[in-house]
Amino acid sequence: MSDFTSNAKPSGWLVLSVGIFAAAHTAAAQTPRYDVGRPATQAEIRARDISVAPDGTGLPAGHGSVAEGRTVYRNACAACHGERGQGIGDYPALVGGQGTLTSKAPVQTVGSFWPYATTVWDYIHRAMPYQRPGTLSNREVYAVTAYILYENHIVPANAVLTEKSLPKIRMPNRDGFIPDPRPDVKQPSPRATNKSESHQ
Amino acid sequence: MRTEISRRAFLATTTATLGAVASSPGSLPAPSQVSVPPERLLAPHRLLGAPRRQYGDRSPYEKSVRYFKPSSTPGTGASRTPLQDLHGIITPSSLHFERHHAGVPQIDPSHHELLIHGLVERPLIFTMKDILRLPPVSHVHFLECAGNTASDQLGQPGVDPQMSHGLLSCSEWTGVSLRTLLEDVGVKPKARWLVAEGVDASRLSRSLPLEKALDDVIVAYGQNGEALRPEQGYPLRLVVPGWEGNVNIKWLGRIDLVDQPYMTRDEAAFYTDLMPNGLARMFTFVMEAKSVITRPAGGQHLDGAGFYEIEGMAWSGRGRITRVEISTDDGRSWRDAELNSLVLPKAVTRFRLPWRWDGSEVSLQSRCTDETGYTQPTREELVSVRGLNGTDHYNGIKAWYVHRDGKVTHV
Repeated sequence: MSDFTSNAKPSGWLVLSVGIFAAAHTAAAQTPRYDVGRPATQAEIRARDISVAPDGTGLPAGHGSVAEGRTVYRNACAACHGERGQGIGDYPALVGGQGTLTSKAPVQTVGSFWPYATTVWDYIHRAMPYQRPGTLSNREVYAVTAYILYENHIVPANAVLTEKSLPKIRMPNRDGFIPDPRPDVKQPSPRATNKSESHQ
Repeated sequence: MRTEISRRAFLATTTATLGAVASSPGSLPAPSQVSVPPERLLAPHRLLGAPRRQYGDRSPYEKSVRYFKPSSTPGTGASRTPLQDLHGIITPSSLHFERHHAGVPQIDPSHHELLIHGLVERPLIFTMKDILRLPPVSHVHFLECAGNTASDQLGQPGVDPQMSHGLLSCSEWTGVSLRTLLEDVGVKPKARWLVAEGVDASRLSRSLPLEKALDDVIVAYGQNGEALRPEQGYPLRLVVPGWEGNVNIKWLGRIDLVDQPYMTRDEAAFYTDLMPNGLARMFTFVMEAKSVITRPAGGQHLDGAGFYEIEGMAWSGRGRITRVEISTDDGRSWRDAELNSLVLPKAVTRFRLPWRWDGSEVSLQSRCTDETGYTQPTREELVSVRGLNGTDHYNGIKAWYVHRDGKVTHV
């Protein structure tokens, strides 16, 4: 653990205050183990681990085309999200909104707002369709992701997405995010409090 | 028994004054000019009481409930805590606000496991029995949805504390320090974040920086002295003190130690506040200092000029509340309120101020300061910086308006 700080490669704002972190990390390493819990086998981990990172880590090998995705979408998604992703009632729009983010009525969709295509794949895979999550095959998830990106003019009609190509897609709003600048409001100082009035 | 119940029901409808106090949540006690006839006050003592029961419930006279609108997706959405009806700092578990993304799963704890894996020395699976063997911690913390008070930001202020600030609750949480579990699996030096995931139908997942995970996060199984309620994550959830509700993953089943944030839907596309320049803030975790007066408040009625105690709640995701001030003149002057004795970090703190209403039209506002010196801003200050497109994490000063007829409203 002593080499932790020298190994640390802070890369931009995603790495939080490394000094405090390193101190906490070193302390953690010195505490005894309880030997409670059982070792997880690789098979158990594989069966449960569905996380997908923006660099594509965790994406299973597979592929799916826009054309296939159109069929998947019609069968599994359109009833709630509309014929072409426009959204219905409580079910959000998946398509459109590009160029609206500075307007008074921004439309935040996969196409106009989401910074990573991997997020689309991951979310559909884990949580959709709403009524029967987990029922799409990996191929269907690749396909319907391709179709939604196509409807947002992000990939062409003949696109086929794979675990290699999906993370390379540059989403239109990829650079549209900033780190938390708060506190962001000027603080009152000195305070105009009339202490003599306080309490009875 | 039947006779007794019906006699009790009769008493309930005839003891008008007592009944009015209990059955009108959100209002101050009704006018007390009419006193209760002595024979009615004494009546309960002359009836054989109800038997013991295995699991208690509140008095049938207490009607306060959570609020939610019907929707086409009843398992997805929020319900609001009736803050105006609460006493003290703890929210009863049955009234804790809810926010679900795919319904409340029913989980048999004997079938529930927590997997911790990824950049660790020893990936481990913990059963609930395993978790219960580890040293427990208990802390009182608020939970607040990032979207709480969004309507106030938008200039459509909530009509009462439940509608304006009700996506806030506070509980005593009991569980294992996440740090304890991470020590057991042995976090590898390359790990910078973790991804926590629920086993609900949305498999809700969020990335958390390891620094916070090793600080004060609780893997909780207890809430207010008993097991978590199903809608609060039974049998296991994360409690991430002071941070937006969404990261407090319920029905926790997996923690993956990773080298980067995974940009899950609820951190890349949602809970990101869009600023006027079209850029959105990401990973705005902390819920900043906020307060609300719960009595007198919108929806209530003052019974003529005279003495009223102003009461409310203040909380900050950065630590303890150190000061609450109250203005009764549209924010021109402020007086210090008294903080009740229990002032805990990242927990609801109660404040109060004696006040004599002269019968004129007044506004009542509270603003709080936390131990970092941060003071709750006005709506105008916040909107001038953040605009109106990003409506999470709003913490502006809230005003209630007392009218000459005693009515208290939100506008």
